Amino acid sequence: MERVIDVQHLSKTFGTNEVLKDIDFSVNKGEVVSIIGSSGSGKSTLLRCINLLEKPTSGKIIYNGKNILDHAHDIYAYRTKLGMVFQQFNLFNNHDVLSNCTVGQIKVLKRSKEEAEEIALKYLKNVGMEKYIHAKPKQLSGGQKQRVAIARALSMEPDVMLFDEPTSALDPEMVGEVLKVMKELAESGLTMIVVTHEMGFAKEVSDRVIFMDKGVIAEEGTPEEIFNSPKQERTKEFLYRILKEV
Amino acid sequence: MSFKTIVDIFLNNWPMFLRGAGMTLFISIIGTIVGLIIGLCVGIIRTIPIPERGPKRTLLLVINKILSIYIEFFRGTPMIVQSMVIFYGTAQAFGVQMNRVFAALLIVSINTGAYMSEIVRGGIVSIDKGQFEAAQAIGMTHLQTMTNVVMPQVIRNILPATGNEFVINVKDTSVLNVISVTELFFQTKSIAGATFKFFEPYFITSIIYLIMTITITRILRSIERRMDGPANFIMAGNQMQVERPEDIVRKKQGQ
Ligand SMILES: Nc1ncnc2c1ncn2[C@@H]1O[C@H](COP(=O)(O)OP(=O)(O)OP(=O)(O)O)[C@@H](O)[C@H]1O
Ligand SMILES: [Mg+2]
Repeated sequence: MERVIDVQHLSKTFGTNEVLKDIDFSVNKGEVVSIIGSSGSGKSTLLRCINLLEKPTSGKIIYNGKNILDHAHDIYAYRTKLGMVFQQFNLFNNHDVLSNCTVGQIKVLKRSKEEAEEIALKYLKNVGMEKYIHAKPKQLSGGQKQRVAIARALSMEPDVMLFDEPTSALDPEMVGEVLKVMKELAESGLTMIVVTHEMGFAKEVSDRVIFMDKGVIAEEGTPEEIFNSPKQERTKEFLYRILKEV
Repeated sequence: MSFKTIVDIFLNNWPMFLRGAGMTLFISIIGTIVGLIIGLCVGIIRTIPIPERGPKRTLLLVINKILSIYIEFFRGTPMIVQSMVIFYGTAQAFGVQMNRVFAALLIVSINTGAYMSEIVRGGIVSIDKGQFEAAQAIGMTHLQTMTNVVMPQVIRNILPATGNEFVINVKDTSVLNVISVTELFFQTKSIAGATFKFFEPYFITSIIYLIMTITITRILRSIERRMDGPANFIMAGNQMQVERPEDIVRKKQGQ
């Protein structure tokens, strides 16, 4: 199987707080990996290290056979290959929906405006937002914003999509529409890394589930393994706690 | 002192009042625009993320220090004193007198620049971190992030403060009379001297200042509204759009 991203011995410290400890982790092409774990376990930090929004303290990130933490590497080109979806959507407030999906294509990928708009419309249709191209972000609901944010990331045609709790900031009635879009993407064969608190989604959609605890990968396996027969005591505890909540 | 005297003085001296008002507007418009440009440059430089090490770090730290001295100095001293120091200071140092209008433009510009720098910096800092991160995540460089995402939002947000600076400049150019720039206050002083009347010329001048500041405030408000765009958006691909009566009226008025 073809590896898209291979993280080796990754560590990250903030001051004296060691948030990630010697993480080894990889994603294969077409795979959907869910990352679960309690608050503060380092899930977001791992995702943000992968696209270099945080600078790893040590370790390697291998992409296309090259360590992108080498100084010579063009991190801007690398980032266009990773689509990121944030918990808080982070749509560009000064751009309308269409332009949110084209500005990166035009300015970074140097596509023509016509080509960029065609591609953007294709992905906006995929997420069911093609009618809203003239709307500004503040005129949309949370679920709509997140679907546009997904289309914006897809418009760059990345190799991997990273999702950091994409439904956590949404009202309950809007969670479904976003999860539906993500499920369709997973079924279309897109490579995805999803940090989530939606256990149903992790169980149903992912090929592999990673459980993080206190900055390490505590357990890793298929959804059946993790949810039905977890080996580690702390995995059992976490699942017990979180499943009791819902 | 009567209404008639006021009218008489205005009718006899209106070209001077007008020239003064023109000079005041000229200095404050140019001063505000140049000041805004200075403020944008300084504000952007002061918010460049400082790298952890390397020569670029030292350079940025030195530049930041110089810029903050500039801001402190011009915000911390009265413009009337700055005018004297710059105008007479350069004359003494280089033995040539600066053109008075040029000196006026210089003083108002760098003074406004100092205030605008802080306003712009505040505007940049107040933009949500998520905007920067989303731009970086799609591969934008710092410069691309600033020009395509951050600065357009900053400029919209600082527009009211810029308008405020403009209004302040219209009033504060009056201090330039100390270096004999023929702005409105200086002209009024001459008229008062020539007519031996004080209340009337200054009363007329106060009205002229008021007209200028109110007009500017109105114009800027309408620019703000234009930048905000319409409150509602149009659904795309909706051929059967029903036009409401108010829409039809608005369209007609727009033509
Ligand atoms: N910029 C930062 N500076 C200092 N500490 C940080 C920073 N970002 C994260 N941390 C710390 O790193 C730890 C892990 O944070 P992280 O956001 O990765 O957790 P998480 O697993 O995503 O949690 P959550 O489920 O709440 O999102 C926390 O203890 C947090 O306080
Ligand atoms: Mg998180």
